[in-house]
Amino acid sequence: MAIRERLSGNEAVAYAIRQVNPDVMPAFPITPSTEIPQYVANYIANGEIDTEFIHVESEHSAMSATIGASAAGARAITATSSCGMALMWEELYVAASNRLPIVLALVNRALSGPININADHSDSMGARDTGWIQIYAESNQEVYDNFIQAFPIAEDKRVHLPVMVCQDGFITSHGVENILLVEDDKVKNFVGEYEPEHYLLNEAEKMAIGPYAVSNYYMETKRAQRQAMINAREVILEVAARFEEMTGRRYSFFEEYQMEDAEYAVVIIGSAAGTCKAAVDEIRSATGKKVGLIKIRVFRPFPEEEIAKALSKVKAAAIMDRSEMFSATSGPLGAEIRAALYQAHSTVDVVNYFYGLGGRDITVSDFEKVYQKLETIAQTHVVTDMYTYIGLRSTQSEEV
Amino acid sequence: MEKTTYNFKEVMSKPERLAPGHRMCAGCGGTITVRTVLRALEEGDKAVIGNATGCLEVSSFMYPYTAYEDSYIHNAFENAGATLSGVETAYHVLKKKGKIQDNFKFITFGGDGGTYDIGFQSLSGAMERGHDMVYVCYDNGAYMNTGTQRSSATPQYADTTTTPAGKVSAGKVQVRKDLAAIMAEHHIPYVGQSTFTSNFKDLYTKAQKAIYTPGAAFLNVMSPCPRGWGYEPSEMMNICRLAVDTCYWPVFEVIEGRWILNYEPKNKLPIEEFLRPQRRFKHLFKKENEELIGKFQEEIDKRWEELRNRCS
Repeated sequence: MAIRERLSGNEAVAYAIRQVNPDVMPAFPITPSTEIPQYVANYIANGEIDTEFIHVESEHSAMSATIGASAAGARAITATSSCGMALMWEELYVAASNRLPIVLALVNRALSGPININADHSDSMGARDTGWIQIYAESNQEVYDNFIQAFPIAEDKRVHLPVMVCQDGFITSHGVENILLVEDDKVKNFVGEYEPEHYLLNEAEKMAIGPYAVSNYYMETKRAQRQAMINAREVILEVAARFEEMTGRRYSFFEEYQMEDAEYAVVIIGSAAGTCKAAVDEIRSATGKKVGLIKIRVFRPFPEEEIAKALSKVKAAAIMDRSEMFSATSGPLGAEIRAALYQAHSTVDVVNYFYGLGGRDITVSDFEKVYQKLETIAQTHVVTDMYTYIGLRSTQSEEV
Repeated sequence: MEKTTYNFKEVMSKPERLAPGHRMCAGCGGTITVRTVLRALEEGDKAVIGNATGCLEVSSFMYPYTAYEDSYIHNAFENAGATLSGVETAYHVLKKKGKIQDNFKFITFGGDGGTYDIGFQSLSGAMERGHDMVYVCYDNGAYMNTGTQRSSATPQYADTTTTPAGKVSAGKVQVRKDLAAIMAEHHIPYVGQSTFTSNFKDLYTKAQKAIYTPGAAFLNVMSPCPRGWGYEPSEMMNICRLAVDTCYWPVFEVIEGRWILNYEPKNKLPIEEFLRPQRRFKHLFKKENEELIGKFQEEIDKRWEELRNRCS
C-alpha cells in the first residue's frame, strides 16, 4: 500500500534520497534547494542512511566531487539551484562526457542578475546543451516519481548519462501537497543495487578517466554521447512502464491533457501546467471550446516527432517559455517546438509567450486570454509577433 | 611509518608507476616529482592518482594512452582537490559496504597555476575537510602549459610572458605566495616543502609521510622547468641545490603543527647564485636593476628568519 503523506517538493526529494540510500552526496547550500542537503544531513545524523555527505566549499566543487565519487564507482548525487548550477557549468559537461550516471536534484530558480530567488527555468535551460537528461515536474508527486525513475535511466548501460530532475523553486519545492509515497523496499528494488562496469576503485582492472583527446578522437566522443541520448528515449519509456506497474502512475515524454479533440493547445513545462489545466477545465465547461494542454516532462532528449504528432490536429498553439535565451526571437521551448513542427511539415499557427520570469505569477485568467488569442490566430492566420509576454509591466507591454 | 634508513639504490629500483613514453619535456621537473612521489607508495598498495589540468595531464594521459600504472582521474584545471575528495569518500563508503577489500591511497598532482591560483579554493576545501589524501603541487613558478604566464607562485621580478621585463618593467611586481604555510594553517596533519636533493631522500621520505599519515597532507615541490626558467636541462640538480643553499626554497615540514627545518645551509649563498643561471632573471643583472637583487635578497632573508622562528 502506498503511503499517504503531505510533503513539500524538497521533502519529497529528500524522502526519495533516503529510500535510494546513495553512496555519496556532495552539496552546497543555495536557495531554494538548501533544504534537500539539510534533510539528508539529518538522515545521516540519525543513522537512517549510509550516504557520505561531502561539505564542499562551492557548487563547482560539489559537482567535481560528485564526478570523482561517481567515477570511483559510487552512486553519487547532488542538489542545487540557479547560480549554483551556473557555477557547475564546466563540470556539467565533464559529467556527461565522462558518461557518469549522476542524479542532480535541481530546484529551478532564476539566474542573476538582478539576483532573484524565485522560480524560472533560466538555470536548466541554460544547461540544456550540456549533455544531461532533463526531466521536469508539475507537482511534488511528479518530482518524487521522477527522482526515483532517474536512477535506472541514468545507470542503464544503453544510456550512462547524468540526469537532472527539475522542479520549480518555492512553487513545488516549498509548497506542501498531498503525495503518495512508495514503500522503502519497493523503491530499493526499483532502483536496484548500483553495479558499475568500469570504475576507478575496481579491484579487477585499473581505469583512467578524463583524457586529453585531440581532434582525432573528440568528435567520436560527442557522437557517442548523442547515441546515448537517442537510446535514452526507449529507456525513459521502459522505466516509466516499470514505474506504472509499481504505482499505477503513468509517465511519458510529456502529458497530454484534453488533447484528444483539442483545437487550441498550450505547450508548457513545470508547475504552471497545473494553473493551465484549471483554465482548460473552466473553458471547456463554460464554453465547450476544445482547448488542451501539452506538458513537457522530458526536455532532453527532446521528443520532437512525438510532440509534432501531438500538435498535428490543432489549429493554433501557444508555446510557453519560463526563461529567455535572448535570441531576440523565440524562447528555448518555442524554438524547439517550431523546429519540430517545421520538420513535420506542419502548418499549425504558433505563438511563443514568455511568462513567470523570476517567479512572476501566472493565473487561470492569463491562460484563458492565451486560449482566446489562439482562437483569433486560428481565424485570421495572423501571428503578429514571434513572441509576446504575459504579465509584463511596461509601456511596451505586449500583454495579451 | 618513517623508514630509519634510506637506500637510494633500493628506492630507485622500485617499479615505476609513471611509465615512460609520456610526452613531458626532457628535463621536466614535474615528471621527476611524480615519479619520486609515486615511488613512495608501498608496492602492495593500490592508488588512485588525480591530476589538475596542466602540462602533466595533457602529456601523460593523451587518449588512448595513459602513462599511469594506477587508476587515474583528471577532471578540470581548478578542481583536483574536490575531485579526489569525491573519489576518497567513495572509497570509504564502498569499503564500509564491503564492496572493496583492497587498500587504496589517493594522491593528486597539480601545477602551481592549478594549486596556488585557480584551484586554491578547491584545495583549501579538500584539506579543511580532512580527506585521507595527498595533494602534491609541482611548483614550477608559472603557467607553463600555456606558455609561462605569471602565477602567484612566480617569484618577484621573474620575466614571464604576462610580466615581461621591458623598458619600464622589471618583471613580476609581487612576491610569491607562501602556499605551504597557508596549508599548514589549515592544521592538517602533514605539510612538506621539498625539491630535488642529490639523493632524493628529502622528497621521497616526505612523500612517504604524506601518503601514510592518516588525513589530509600537502606537499609543495619546487619542480624546475627548463623552458620557462631558461636553463640547460642538464643543470636542473644544480638549480635545485642553489635554490636550497640560497634559502630561496627552504625544505621543511609541519607535522601536527610542529614546524621542522630539514636543512640549514652551512654557508647561505647570496641569491644571485640562484638567479644568475636563469634566463627569467637575466634583466636583473643589468646595471640599472642592481638594487632589485638587493630587494630580492631582503625578501629571502625576511622569510628565512620567519621560517627559522617557526621551526625553533
